[in-house]
Amino acid sequence: MTSPIVLLALVGVLYTTGVYLILERSLTRILLGVLVLGNATNILVIVSGGPTGAAPLVGRAPDAEMSDALVQALVLTAIVITLGVTAFLLALIHRTWTLEREDDLTEDVEDRSVRRRLLRGEQEDEEELDTTGCENVADTDPEDDVGGAAGGTDTESGPDPARAGATSGEGER
Amino acid sequence: MNPGSTLLATIIPLPVLLPLLGAGATLVLSRRPTLQRITSVTVLAAVVVIAALLLVAAARSGPIVITLGSWPVPLGITLVVDPLSALMLLTSMSVTLAVLVYAIGQGVYDRDEATPITIFHPTYLVLAAGVANAFLSGDLFNLYVGFEVLLVASYVLLTLGGSRSRVRAGVTYVIVNVVSSLIFLVGIALVYAAVGTLNLAQISVRMADVSPGTALAIHLVLLTAFGIKAAVFPLSAWLPDSYPTAAAPVTAVFAGLLTKVGVYSIIRTELLLFPGSEVAHTILLVAAALTMLVGALGAIAQSDIKRVLSFTLVSHIGYMIFGIALATPLGVGGAVFYVVHHITVQATLFCVVGLVEGVGGSTSVTRLGGLARASPLLAILWFVPAVNLGGIPPLSGFVGKLGLLQAGVADGAVLAWVLVVVSVLTSLLTLYAVTKVWVLAFWRPAEQVPVAETPESEQEDESPVDPDEEDERDAAHPEDAGEARAGLPGAPSPRGGAMTAVRPGTARTLAGQDANTGAEVDWPVARLAPADGAPALSGRFLGAPGGQVSPRLPRVMAAATGALVAVGVALTVVAGPLYAVADQAADDLVARTPYIQAVFAQTVDNRVSR
Repeated sequence: MTSPIVLLALVGVLYTTGVYLILERSLTRILLGVLVLGNATNILVIVSGGPTGAAPLVGRAPDAEMSDALVQALVLTAIVITLGVTAFLLALIHRTWTLEREDDLTEDVEDRSVRRRLLRGEQEDEEELDTTGCENVADTDPEDDVGGAAGGTDTESGPDPARAGATSGEGER
Repeated sequence: MNPGSTLLATIIPLPVLLPLLGAGATLVLSRRPTLQRITSVTVLAAVVVIAALLLVAAARSGPIVITLGSWPVPLGITLVVDPLSALMLLTSMSVTLAVLVYAIGQGVYDRDEATPITIFHPTYLVLAAGVANAFLSGDLFNLYVGFEVLLVASYVLLTLGGSRSRVRAGVTYVIVNVVSSLIFLVGIALVYAAVGTLNLAQISVRMADVSPGTALAIHLVLLTAFGIKAAVFPLSAWLPDSYPTAAAPVTAVFAGLLTKVGVYSIIRTELLLFPGSEVAHTILLVAAALTMLVGALGAIAQSDIKRVLSFTLVSHIGYMIFGIALATPLGVGGAVFYVVHHITVQATLFCVVGLVEGVGGSTSVTRLGGLARASPLLAILWFVPAVNLGGIPPLSGFVGKLGLLQAGVADGAVLAWVLVVVSVLTSLLTLYAVTKVWVLAFWRPAEQVPVAETPESEQEDESPVDPDEEDERDAAHPEDAGEARAGLPGAPSPRGGAMTAVRPGTARTLAGQDANTGAEVDWPVARLAPADGAPALSGRFLGAPGGQVSPRLPRVMAAATGALVAVGVALTVVAGPLYAVADQAADDLVARTPYIQAVFAQTVDNRVSR
């Protein structure tokens, strides 16, 4: 019965690492965090099956000495699911890279606009809100221009043709 | 068991099986769009019929159970249809079908070859299969698999087209949901370690012997996982960020179904696995109150209609949690009725927003106006579900809220009374939020819509107009693509969308609208607005590619939305019988014995037959 303790300690370490990684802004680190958390959870599921024993093949060992086959089946399923999700996340990260040339998770744009509008304290009158909404739009220019400039270099450095290719590829489909 | 129910039991797997087979078929048929559409609609229509049959059977003769492969119960995977799951299945599949028709209408109208429709249909059917599997599952791990199936499908649907904003939203959505799934898996591991089974009925029997502390810990882990999926307040921040960016039909089906699967799981956890846990009930009541308030206040602060609706979605999850947390037959019955009402209404509203976007070219109330005049039908389509959501009598939203309020008053505890007050307040705040949209976007004369000083500034606009439209349009009309790209210096963001793309499309001024056949004005859309001080509605339905300039809504989309509105109203008409079913479901749930007995009766059956 020593192995569960070792495994449980391992689960703890993996969870710590995973949580740390997933709180980063960089998407690749988040992906690594998801992988580590997934593995930690898989080990936890294995541990939940009780003490280890003989391979669960009929006739190879008495029933009582076999380890639990169910948890292994569960973990196999979970691994397959994690694999699929990881592949999808990788594709998303790659897409983010081609679009933005950066690996970081960006803040929600609408959230920022609402926050800015509320900070200015014009939410009372509805007409007021509207006009300010538009002023706001004008005001966001500088900030977004930065993004625009970055996007501009992007376009020159190539992802745009790639993107056009992607869309035309979709068109062919 | 009588032969009739055995026969019925054999069709239980079909709601899962048919969409999966249909997904395969539609993938094979990917080059024959018409056949693909016919296949998906047929499959979902069949599932709706099956769900209706199952509901009638389950309401008449109690839960029906089938164990896959005829394994004896604790070993095999069981599928259970009790009144609750049958009701959820019927509602969700009907909404799924209606939204599918809507999506087909949109695809046909836009003539979007670029929409990866080859992917849309199979993925959509897989989503339906996942939802059905989650509702039917009588096994905790199978529930997890159902969740994963529907989530993976939803990842693909949310990021359909792969535009900038969707990828950004998609990353958040995927990571949050992966984490919640991992927490769910941890919960499964803990349950298995504690009771050595994953069959829901057997867990609920054995959990009584587990020490209260351990049971509470497991309970809370599962609640956290489902709370993220259902978007209960402290865990709800991901939802309004991710839903609004998706395509209208996708958002509609997500809003209708995905969070409700989480709510369904919470119902099962609370009432079947861990009944009578005071701590969890208190936590849930507090969370419900906060969910309602924070969601409603968030809805008021937003200016984009899709985001307003996303926040009301979060807010109204609070009502269901309220009913569940009371854990009385009255409360649970109210919650079940409310789920049915809310699936329908919320999906309808998102469908209407898709139409609004098509007509108005934007979903931001700061730049919409005069929609009621431009399209009275659209105004009706918005108005009815909106006041329904707000809970105006005699619509079903009122019935549901009334039921929950009665349950709260009957409970009589201080916290329950607080919840009653918060519910009424939230109802008012919701009404305020949807009325704000109504007044600004529909009633306000278009002349009063403020315009930005330069069209350029509008390109930096932050309202998430369906960003993919541009991509799709570009690919579909390559001759336009170059210009649209040129109109976006450095392509800062595709969020400018339909409103701002400098595209030589046709659009009509509102002055033209008045005559209802008015002149088409051939100038770039973005320059239209400030020209005469009367900003035009510039949606693609008005300046549609292919010269279809018509103020009328696309027929199929409007019909599908109209059908959903009609279902919402019909819920009011049949509220009596429906509430009876909900109450019956609640009685069964609170009593627990019908479910457990039905599952264990199956064991005996199988062993006898073997």
